[in-house]
Amino acid sequence: MADPKLTEQIEAFVGREYGRVYAWDRVNAPMIRQWCEIMGVDNPLYTDPAFAREAGYDDVVAPPAMLQVWCMAGLDNENYPPGSTDENSFEVLKLIEGYGYPAVVAVNTELTFERYIGLGEKLYYTSRVASISDEKTTGLGTGFFVTLSMPFYSERDGADDEPVGELLFRVFKFKPAHSGQPADKADQPKADKPVAKRPLPGVSDDSRFFWEGCEQNKLLIQRCTDCQTLRHPPAPVCIQCHSFNWDAVEASGKGQVYSFVVMHYPEVPPFDYPNPIGLIELDEGVRLIAGLVGVNREDLEIGQRVQVEFTRFDDRQTLPQFRPVAQ
Amino acid sequence: MSDSFLSGKAAIAGLGATEFSKNSGRTELRLAMEATLEALADAGIDPGDVDGFSSYSVDKVPEYEIARLLGCKEVKFFSQIPHGGGAACGPVMHAAMAVATGVAKTVVVYRAMNERSWYRFGTGDYGFGNTPVFDNVNYGWYMPHGFHTPAAWVGMFAQRYMHTYGATSEDFGRVAVAVRDFAATNPNAFFYEKPITLEDHQNSRWICEPLHLLDCCQESDGAVAMVITSVERARDLKQKPVIIKGASQGIADGQQSMTSFYRDDITGLPEMGVVAQEIYRQAGLGPDAIQTAVIYDHFTPFVLPQLEEFGFAERGGAKDFIRAGHHARGGRLPINTHGGQLGEAYIHGMNGVAEGVRQVRGQSVNQVDDVENVVVTAGTGVPTSGLILGVA
Repeated sequence: MADPKLTEQIEAFVGREYGRVYAWDRVNAPMIRQWCEIMGVDNPLYTDPAFAREAGYDDVVAPPAMLQVWCMAGLDNENYPPGSTDENSFEVLKLIEGYGYPAVVAVNTELTFERYIGLGEKLYYTSRVASISDEKTTGLGTGFFVTLSMPFYSERDGADDEPVGELLFRVFKFKPAHSGQPADKADQPKADKPVAKRPLPGVSDDSRFFWEGCEQNKLLIQRCTDCQTLRHPPAPVCIQCHSFNWDAVEASGKGQVYSFVVMHYPEVPPFDYPNPIGLIELDEGVRLIAGLVGVNREDLEIGQRVQVEFTRFDDRQTLPQFRPVAQ
Repeated sequence: MSDSFLSGKAAIAGLGATEFSKNSGRTELRLAMEATLEALADAGIDPGDVDGFSSYSVDKVPEYEIARLLGCKEVKFFSQIPHGGGAACGPVMHAAMAVATGVAKTVVVYRAMNERSWYRFGTGDYGFGNTPVFDNVNYGWYMPHGFHTPAAWVGMFAQRYMHTYGATSEDFGRVAVAVRDFAATNPNAFFYEKPITLEDHQNSRWICEPLHLLDCCQESDGAVAMVITSVERARDLKQKPVIIKGASQGIADGQQSMTSFYRDDITGLPEMGVVAQEIYRQAGLGPDAIQTAVIYDHFTPFVLPQLEEFGFAERGGAKDFIRAGHHARGGRLPINTHGGQLGEAYIHGMNGVAEGVRQVRGQSVNQVDDVENVVVTAGTGVPTSGLILGVA
């Protein structure tokens, strides 16, 4: 049962009205076009003036669903145009929260429209606490449904401003049924999880040849063209003679395990665990890090002979990996 | 004559620069190398002689990579000055101080940036994304394989160390058991009154073979601070002065940050050897003059080569030192008497410096008898540093 003091105070809120919130900009074609692009709306009535005129309008019109957008705050929170009210139309939520209902979830919105909005119109809305329910219990928890009504108006010179639509916005302010777990997250339907991909390497002018070689299933090693020293990882300058001149040679892909680890924790997608990783010393003398494949943990030891193979991952990168071969 | 220790002690001897443009068309590392090699040639100095670096903290070219490519063998000084362009004169000042005090003899000061073509400061977007700055390229050799944790990087060195010297997972475990024993009697330790056995260590789950869970330090919140002043003034203050007898940083042959896999030998920590030799030299001391040490223990395996680099054990002999219990309570060189980062907390080694201070003052909860000198080390596997703290 809700605290009677709370229900009494809540009732006093119903019907309370809050002042105007203005639109930053008059209704305009560029914002309409961008909104349509972002939302994937391709109705030419909103973007093609010729089409709109043929349909009987002076110019393009704004998509009705965009009504709320015109009066939204700027990028910073609560950044409303001059003349807008600084009252908080959701102040009743703070009151309810004070009685032990910490969580909030948006329930639904309803938009109704009187007519299309045209270019150049200046919009504002006001707010009114339309209703607050008795205490209710849902799967999320126990609390109150609070519904705000926001009528939108178009300003008119020398006449009463014209109502053009209304937004009903309903939230549920509640104490979660299962404390410790944010109910609004726990009860969200599980969206399709994006499939994790292997991270891409940073590629620079010093290292691009290596990754391009992998795409052609070639293991390339940088070579100083002055003193012939091989080097890996690649660098812009020779460690031995400081020459900036280099090319790349294809390695045999044969080598041995110089050291290794078997990673168990943490398990990070998309990698399979246990994940064996080798520090491979190529027969050409340089070392590189790479995943090990086809290994039997019991047999894995330093000195194991290995051979490179290339595997394409996520249809976007090819990595060298090493597989044990006979001694 | 000026009475300043700095004035008149250092000069700019060589100058190098690339062209200035809106699009260099090459990596920042290459720009840094071109300018550095030109400056050294201008001065007539062998690149391998460079033993110090200073730059801006916002510079994206690490000094260890320049040192590696120059072929520097003993780098004893490196610093970065924060606050963007406000740093400008700072690296020269640091270099002059290093030279005047004798810590370094040849210091390269540099700043290399593809600010226009790669990541303009003025865009309001400071996410550098996939621009080919050094870190993005360098970790590109590891991340695509999922080789992406400090435990894994340390494990790669540890496996080779075990193979070469016959050390075992139980030897790593003996490090953990000893420091957890100290933590168990330190009320400030997270693992106060929670000692472990070697069996606990061996039974703990794998994090990354060859590292068990109990080979890995904790993760912690916390802070440590200290005030440093002149020895003369410190004598007149409340506490017994803790003298900084030696202080050095270290980068050695083939250094990288956690990934020095390309050195001829990966079983040592030669950068810690650089630190050890330098701080022993400054203090005029050797390993026999040290009564206790704080040996950086984010992961147990790197404790062993540190004992070797500091001469507490011979190369490959740390396992025998540990099997004999010399590192434990009552041993010849008790280490990490606060419980280490394995047992007390992981405050990036600063809590270890604090324990060094307490041992010199005689205020440790696990006080070692007759402490005159304490070695304190910093992070391993990375460009590092160390101290000798002692009584007057």
